This record gives sequence, structure tokens and C-alpha cells, in this order.
Amino acid sequence: MTASDLLALLPLLLVAATSVIVMLAAAVHRSHALAFGLTLAGMAGAFLSVFFGHLRQVTALLVIDSYALFFMGLIVAASFMVALLAYGYLAAREGNREEFYVLISVATFGAMVLAASTHFVSFFLGLEILSVALYALISYLHGRALPVEAGIKYLVLAAASAAFLLFGMALIYADLGTMDFARMAQLLASRVAVNPALLLPGIILIFTGIGFKLALVPFHMWTPDVYEGAPAPVTAFVATVSKGGMFALLLRYFHQSGAHSFSPVFLVISIIAVASMFAGNLLALLQNNVKRILAYSSIAHMGYLLVAFQIGGPLGGGAAAFYLVAYFVMTLGAFGVVTLLSERQRDADLLDDYRGLFWHRPTLALVFTGMLLSLAGIPLTAGFLGKFYIVAAGASAGAWALILILVTTSAIGLFYYLRIVVVLYQQPAASDRAHEPIPLRAPAATLVLAALTVILVWLGVYPTPLLRVIQRAIGSLG
Amino acid sequence: MILLWLIVVLLAGGVLAWLAARTNPLLCRWISLAAISLDFVLVLGLGIRNFKASGIQVSVTGTNNWFEQVDWSWIPQFGIHFHLAMDGLSLLLVLLTMFLGIASVLASWTEITTGVGFFHFNVLWILAGITGVFLALDLFLFYFAWELMLVPMYFLIAIWGHERRIYAAVKFFLFTQLSGLLMLIAILALYFAHYRGTGVYTFEYADLLHTTLDPHTAMWIMLGFFIAFAVKLPMVPFHTWLADAHTEAPTAGSIILAGLLLKTGAYGLIRFVVPLFPGAARQFAPVAMTLAVVGILYGAILAFGQTDLKRLVAYTSISHLGFVLLGVFAANALALQGALMTMICHGISTGALFIVVGALQQRMHTRQMDAMGGLWATIPRMSGAALFFALASLGLPGLGDFIGEFLVLVGTYQVNVAMAAVAAVGVLTATFYALRFVQRAFQGPNSHAWQLRDLVVREGLLLGVMMALLLWLGLYPQPVFRLFAQAVNQFPAIWR
Repeated sequence: MTASDLLALLPLLLVAATSVIVMLAAAVHRSHALAFGLTLAGMAGAFLSVFFGHLRQVTALLVIDSYALFFMGLIVAASFMVALLAYGYLAAREGNREEFYVLISVATFGAMVLAASTHFVSFFLGLEILSVALYALISYLHGRALPVEAGIKYLVLAAASAAFLLFGMALIYADLGTMDFARMAQLLASRVAVNPALLLPGIILIFTGIGFKLALVPFHMWTPDVYEGAPAPVTAFVATVSKGGMFALLLRYFHQSGAHSFSPVFLVISIIAVASMFAGNLLALLQNNVKRILAYSSIAHMGYLLVAFQIGGPLGGGAAAFYLVAYFVMTLGAFGVVTLLSERQRDADLLDDYRGLFWHRPTLALVFTGMLLSLAGIPLTAGFLGKFYIVAAGASAGAWALILILVTTSAIGLFYYLRIVVVLYQQPAASDRAHEPIPLRAPAATLVLAALTVILVWLGVYPTPLLRVIQRAIGSLG
Repeated sequence: MILLWLIVVLLAGGVLAWLAARTNPLLCRWISLAAISLDFVLVLGLGIRNFKASGIQVSVTGTNNWFEQVDWSWIPQFGIHFHLAMDGLSLLLVLLTMFLGIASVLASWTEITTGVGFFHFNVLWILAGITGVFLALDLFLFYFAWELMLVPMYFLIAIWGHERRIYAAVKFFLFTQLSGLLMLIAILALYFAHYRGTGVYTFEYADLLHTTLDPHTAMWIMLGFFIAFAVKLPMVPFHTWLADAHTEAPTAGSIILAGLLLKTGAYGLIRFVVPLFPGAARQFAPVAMTLAVVGILYGAILAFGQTDLKRLVAYTSISHLGFVLLGVFAANALALQGALMTMICHGISTGALFIVVGALQQRMHTRQMDAMGGLWATIPRMSGAALFFALASLGLPGLGDFIGEFLVLVGTYQVNVAMAAVAAVGVLTATFYALRFVQRAFQGPNSHAWQLRDLVVREGLLLGVMMALLLWLGLYPQPVFRLFAQAVNQFPAIWR
């Protein structure tokens, strides 16, 4: 480890340091505002350091390239916003609050490691750091039934999937004798000494582990319950940071090793993508709970992302990266609204909580509308350009079947997004608002929503700068 | 630059109107009116200036006849440009857009009382989207504008509509969105086909015109475009959203839907489908013409069976737009001239009918013909106006609609006598539904003893101007034909 190695790792080190400092600070003096402030400062520092990144391979485990820096920046920015959302939310709830920020920082660190890892060891370490922090985060309000149930469910399933992942790694190692992505690529390319009987199950098992984290069908069972049970800011975190880190790794691993050029793997991933798009969109139709609707919708969105991933190449990779950014923005925005509307005792997750929102809080209703329309892929929003990018990538690769399914399922998706939008604008009956919720005073969350709305429209109208960054990042994958 | 301003004025006007409504709803109405009127004057000025200078030409073939354009690089990574351009065809349609925009703001002056600001915001943004559709020359921009008009229209129906508004709004949205996605795929297929041929990524209309496609691919891509436009038009069997959307929308929504949104479909056929895929369009023409004739008759028969006035007017649109489709695919100069004329006149006469029906509903709180009868006794001026526009709709000689449909029939006759004959029956059926409308609602004894307020000055002036326009177009359509002349003369050549 040289000084320049450490310098290259600066974003990671800053986030790790944040978690330690916040923990120590909480030990000395418990103060919600202090923990919050330190976390924000640490995350902001890490985000800025991404722009001055030194590009180099650091040990065999991590690589800091434009790709890693791009996703690290995205992850840290999302965590920063989650922290902002959580402040007002936690302030209105019981229990200790400082540890939340420690856990968020740790989980962020894990996700960032995933984005930079080029080796099975760092892959697994990053994943476990992320997961363990998430167990605690999901059941953070441990005095309540739903969060605890969600936490345990996540714990059991995540541990099981980690075992699958580990076994898959072992099989690949047994076959190829290496855990390094680049070396694996060479061996796979030469096709000598490759034993498909070990390799293919290995790849599929690894994909199982990844699929669980991304909530792809058929590994999606935990999603609605965890989304519903976890506190709204944590749900936002699970939906964005955790999936984003994992997707960054998936893209890098398969891009570098070329593992999805094996036709059985290709077929399996295609089936999973199609199943996710259908199941996500169709099951969302049956829900009445906003958090569950968003959970199923996120399954569908992961399906779209998988289509872009499947197309591959610079165009498919770029489409996936752009879509992921759009997905981050709209998901954070949607859960931001849920957070802001939540009452002390329960999260605002029923459709009834949103009835006629436009007539008493028009701005918030419009923000939510914007996020939902973006999820549905309507122009002027980031979600539209993201979907356009994926469809364009698919058309260039001639993947007409996947594209047609994507288009059909996202048309199905329109139904449930519109259902929420319709509810927002219904004229409230006079008796309906007997239990008018007391609006939380949460300037930080309001700020986040304002920023997210601006980004949403900006990306939807003028994506050129972001596209340039993404092309450089994807280019660095080689 | 001025083309950009047309859109910016509407977008900014919408935001301003919304903000103004917080303090004063009346101010909001005036701001909306001012913004649209400003655009109207700008377009008119543009037209007059160029009319004097060179005579306006239409460039259906994409030869450089645009007399006004802006072209900026927008998303260079994909070769997307912000390219707006205007020729005679867009000029007339944008002029119609602004005119009906003014009409819809005036028509909702007293009708809309809740959420006034957001209402006008939506109206102005729809108009901006429609203007974008008529001006866009980059296919990505075209799709962008095409989708942009949906969301505010959805709100217009879902928030200010009548009894079954949610159902109608969702149906409208799904139909248009799904067909729009088909068009997106078609656009991308064309884009990549062009890339494979030339190595250049571009959405530019003029470039894509020269894409070489094998006939099979061309047919598929053409169908993608065609279905999107056919849903908007609407062509049977994609028409089912129309009756619900028109019926449930507030008056302004119905005017914009019938007068403008349907025209975007026809415009797409003329501007994109035929020039981009002449071969495929020629092959497909018999099918399209058959469906058009079916639509003419089917719409007329359904209109005859309605008791809900708005629904009746809505179904007549299916019938009239059938003539437009027929005129486009008859592939000769006369028929196209007729189709274009029908587009303009249908916009005005149907818009006016919706204003009358809307005014009736506001006064009577019903749209059912059974509850009416003998209204002439209490509201003679409005009844007279209704008679006038009903006659226009049935194609009375001397009024604009007649010229349009007559030319379509003459043009079609040259291509296919049978189709022309069947379509002519459609004109006949129009007489039935139009006269039935007038008889049942306005004539006979006033058996329900209605005492209603006749047209106020605002409504009277508006309808008066619309009558004058229809008379002018019916008696002296030459200036409009001159605008279309070039397009019409080039049009048959495209098909060969």
C-alpha cells in the first residue's frame, strides 16, 4: 500500500471514517444533530473526492477506474439524500437515532466496495458489509412489529443467498483456479481447461446471489414485505444503494469475464428478465399499498435494467448506467414523498393516505406525480430517456423480442402508476379528511425532493452531460 | 427563433397563469388568453410576411421549402437535434391550434371554477405539445412532443371531466401511450436502418427520407407509425377511446381533442407515413381506404343512435376523420386537398358544436336529448348557432366542410368508384344524425318548459367568428388551397 493507493481509495476511506467517527461521537455525546451533521459532512467529502479520483488498481481486490468512481459517486449521493430524508423521520420517532447514521455509512461503504471490486474476495466482503448493516437498518424501529418481521425475513433470505453465492464462487474457483475477474476472462476466452460442469452451475449460483439482492424473479419474494415493513427512508436505501452497488458489480463482472456469452447463461438471464418484467408489473396491479406497489414496480425496473445488461456492449452498458441513475432519482423521490407524508405511528403506505393530496398539498402531489410519471416513462422526465436509451440499445442489437416485452409490460405498468396519480387528484369528500395528518416539519426532506425534481426534469430534457460521463465510465470497462 | 418562442410563450404562459390564479382567477384567464393570442398574432404575422415574400409552399417531400426554422444540437450522443421548421401545412395547423386554444379558454370562462390555475396550465401545455408536434422535424423531438401533450390532457379529463372521467382518462392515456410506444419502436428501427445504410446516427427528417429499406422492413416500420396515427385519428377499430374521452372531458378538453389532437394523427400520416415509406404506403393503401370507408359509415351510424349530445358529436368525428384518411390514401391531388380542407373545417365546426353542447350542459346540467326539445323557444340564438354548425357538419354546400368532403369524394372516385360510392352514403347518413340532433333538441314544443339564458356576448362573438370562418372557407377556399398547392402537386409523385 503506497500513499497513492490510499489517495485512490479516498472516497472509500472517507465513508469508512465517517461511520467510525459518528460511532465515537455517539459514545461521547448523544446528539441526533451532531451525528446527522457528521454523516452529511463525511458523505459530501466522499462525493467531492470522487471528482479528483486517481485511476489505478489497488491491490488485486479493488480497482479505481472511471466506472468505479461513477458508481461510487452515485451511491454516496443517494446515501446523502437518504440521510437527509431520515433526519425528520427519525426525529419524530422513538429510540436512539445516532446509530442509524453509523449503519447507513457502513452499508454505503459496502455498496461502494462492490462497485470497485475486481475479485471474489472483495465482492463477498462488500456484499456482507452491506447486508449486515441492512439487517439492522430494516428493523431499526425495533419496538414495532412490521420492521422486525421484515428484518428477520431479510436476514434469513439474504444469508441463504449469500451461501449460494459462496458456493458458486467455490465452483468457479475449483474450475479456473482464480478469483480475479480479469484472469477469469482470459481463461474463459481461451476456453482451455474449462469444465462446463463446474463453471455453468457456478455462474448460475453467483447469479442467484446477485438476483436476490436485485430482487429479480424468482428471488423476489422478500421485496414487498421488506419494502412495506422497513421505515420509509430505509426502503429508499434498500431500493437504490443496495441494488445500485450490486448492479454495478454485475455489469463489471459479466462485462469483464464475458460469462454471459455462454448460451445457457444468456438464456437463463433472458428468462429472468422477462419474468421480472411480467411478474413485477402484473403483481403490482393487485396491490393497494403504495409501498408494495413500488416494491413490485422496482422488480419490473430491475427487469428493464437486465434487458439493457443483456444487450451489453457500450450501448447496452450505457443504457443500464443511465437507467440506473434515473431509477435512483425517481425511487428516492417516490419514497421521499412517502417519508414526508408518514405519520408518527405508521408510514403513509395506503392509497387512502394520498387521496386528494393535490387539493391540500399541491406541490408535494406534483412532485409525486413527476416521480410516478418518470417511473412510467413519460417524456420530460429522466425515466423516459432511460427507457428510450434501453429501447434504442435493444433496437441496435436487434433484440426485438425483449424490446417488445419491455414495451408491453411498461404499458401494463402505466395502469398502477396512473392509479396512484388518479387518487392524488380526486376531490376529497368532506368527511374523508377526519384524520388529517399533521404535516411533519422536515425542511431537509423538502430540500431533497426539490433537488430530485430538478434533477428528474433536467435529465429528462438535457441529458448530454450525464451521457458524456457515462460513456467515459463504461468505456473504462474496456 | 420565432418558432421556439411560440412554444416558450405557451409554456411560460402556463406557469404564469398558474401562479396568478393563486391571487386572482380572472387574471389567470386573461394571462392564458393573452399568451395564446400573442402566439396567434405571431403565426399570422409569419404567414403574411412570407405569403407576400415568396408565396408559401408546403414540403411534404422534404425539399427545402421551410420558410422558418431553428436547428440546434440537443443530445449529440444520439444525433438528436432540436429542429423545428414551418411550412404552409404547419402554418395552417398551428394557426388552427391557436384559434381553438383561444376558443377553449373562452369556452371555459365560467365553466371551470375549481383549480382554475392548474386547468389553464394544462390547456397551455397541451397547446405547446401540439405546436411542437406540428413543427418538429427531428423524429425524437416529434415523439417527445407527441407524448408531452398526453399528460396534461389526461389531467384535463381526469380532474375536470364529467361523471365517468377517471375511466375515460385512463382509457385515453393507455390507448395513446401504447400506440406511441409502437411508434417509438418504429422510429428507432428506422434510425438504425439508416445508420446501417449510411453510418450516421440521425433522427433528422430530411435525412431519414432517403433511407433505403427493403420492402418487408419498410412495411413493418410503416405499420408502427400508421397504428400510432390511426389511434389518434381515430380509425376504426382503434376508435373506442374517443367517444369516452370526448364525452367526459370538459368543454375545453373536447374542443382540443376533436379539433387538434385528432389532427395530429392526420398530420403524421401526411408528413411522415407517406413520404417516409411511399412503397409500403402504396401497398397498404387499399386496406387503409377500406378502413376509412368503414369508419365513415360506422361513425355516422353510431352518431345516429346516440342520445347523449356530446357522444353524438364525438362519433361524428370518427366519420369525418374517415374522410381525411380516405383522402390521404387516395393518393391524388384532389383528394389530398379535400383531406386538408376537411381537417381545418372539422376543427372549427366540431369545436363549435362542442362549445354549444358545453354551454347547454352548463345551463341544463344534462346532455341527454330526451330531456331537451323545443329549446328554440327559450334560447333562439344558441339554437340558430347549433343549426348552423349541424348543417356545416352534414356538409351543406356553401360551408367549408362541404368543400373538403366533396373533393375527397371526387379524388377517390378517380381511384376507386366503389369506395367513393360507399363514402358518399356516409355523407347522406350525416344528414340524418345532424338533423335529428337539431329536431330533437331544439325544435318541437318546449315540453319540459325550460327557461334558459341565451348566448352571452362572449359565446356569441366566438361562435360568430367561427361561422364567418366556415362561410369564408365554403365560399372562397382559394387562399387555403394556394397554401397547400405545392404539397398537393408533389403528393401524387411521392407515391410512384
